[in-house]
Amino acid sequence: MSAAVTVEQVSKRYGARWALQDCTLEVPTGSVTALVGPNGAGKTTLLHLLVGLTEPTEGRVSVLGASPRTDPTHVLPRIGFVAQDHPLEPRFRVDEMLAVGRRLNPRWDESLARDWLRERQIPLADRVGALSGGQRAQVALALAIAKRPEVMVLDEPAAALDPLARREFLQSLMEAVAERELTVLMSSHLLADLERVCDHLVVLAAGGVQLVGPIDEIAASHRLLVGPPGDEQAVARVHQVVHARHTPRQTTLLVRANGHVYDARWQIEDVALEDVVLAYLQRRPDQEVAA
Amino acid sequence: MIEFRLDPRSGVPTYLQLVLQVKQALRLGMLHPGDQLPTVKEVVATLAINPNTVLKAYRELDREGLAEGRRGQGTFIAAKNAIAPPDRSGLAAGLVRWIRQAQSAGCDEDDVVALFAAATHEVFGTHQDFGRRSA
Repeated sequence: MSAAVTVEQVSKRYGARWALQDCTLEVPTGSVTALVGPNGAGKTTLLHLLVGLTEPTEGRVSVLGASPRTDPTHVLPRIGFVAQDHPLEPRFRVDEMLAVGRRLNPRWDESLARDWLRERQIPLADRVGALSGGQRAQVALALAIAKRPEVMVLDEPAAALDPLARREFLQSLMEAVAERELTVLMSSHLLADLERVCDHLVVLAAGGVQLVGPIDEIAASHRLLVGPPGDEQAVARVHQVVHARHTPRQTTLLVRANGHVYDARWQIEDVALEDVVLAYLQRRPDQEVAA
Repeated sequence: MIEFRLDPRSGVPTYLQLVLQVKQALRLGMLHPGDQLPTVKEVVATLAINPNTVLKAYRELDREGLAEGRRGQGTFIAAKNAIAPPDRSGLAAGLVRWIRQAQSAGCDEDDVVALFAAATHEVFGTHQDFGRRSA
């Protein structure tokens, strides 16, 4: 699978503070990739680099084979971007928002936008400010999809929505993926949603990439080992210990297993993806692992 | 046509849940050779899951010879597939008799499930978590 997005040794500094340090990752073409991390981890900075809103202090960013900053006319029309909190003009009617999209985008597909909103029962004559949060999110998505993008970048698109609106939003996004071979990169805090809709995962913490790879592989390779205290070294020689907890009676290790774990002293359990992600989020920045 | 469902707490990967549900439907005689499986778009619309996951499940069923994709039409249960519904009526009746017997011997549902799991382990040598993997 080729990469729709490539980030190579990218660092970004704002004044004295490094928002990203030495980040390297790829988003495979056709994948739905989740970008996960705590607040302040650099998720929004990374997404802004991809859509050309800012440029890296060091390193190289490439989307669809070109740089969004130095080659914007080639790249930007092919990227759909749904920014955090869906910044739409509240005084505009929905059809006026579409008119803005039509003027700004050379590849604009007006009937696609109108059909998309009609199917979701969003009245084109309503003012954006009068819509519900879920409807506003759908308008923001329609504006991005009507560009007929090859890559969609979404920053926390569903964070502020209630559970039903969130499900409907993700449904819409997945239908767009099914219909038009999109590559999607979306940041989110909502791990349960991501497991449902995403097939690749990037975990960003403390400005660096902690984990990257296909979700199935990540889920299949991590195990929880529960056993007697003090046996950690033997395990660590073969498998990679991501997170360890110790009590006087017991050691609990979350490991990235190197093949099967055969050891009668340890009770071996599957781990939920959410627990794997949380374990990586708790690591120090110097412990990077690539899938 | 069957409708897929998801158990997000099962820990079983999503694509595998879809595969297991098709196998289960075949075993129970709910799906027959030539039956069409839901289209990728239909599954995406009902479950709000990634279309790549559905494609992966259908590829896996294809690889195991249980289903086949027909270009432009969809995915269908293969004419010759390895899972034929066994003559269930006799077997199921026998199992119900055995469960009643266990019940009158004082076993509750958990005891029955544990006995069944132990017996399948003895015969097949595999570990099945009957409590969790209801798919």
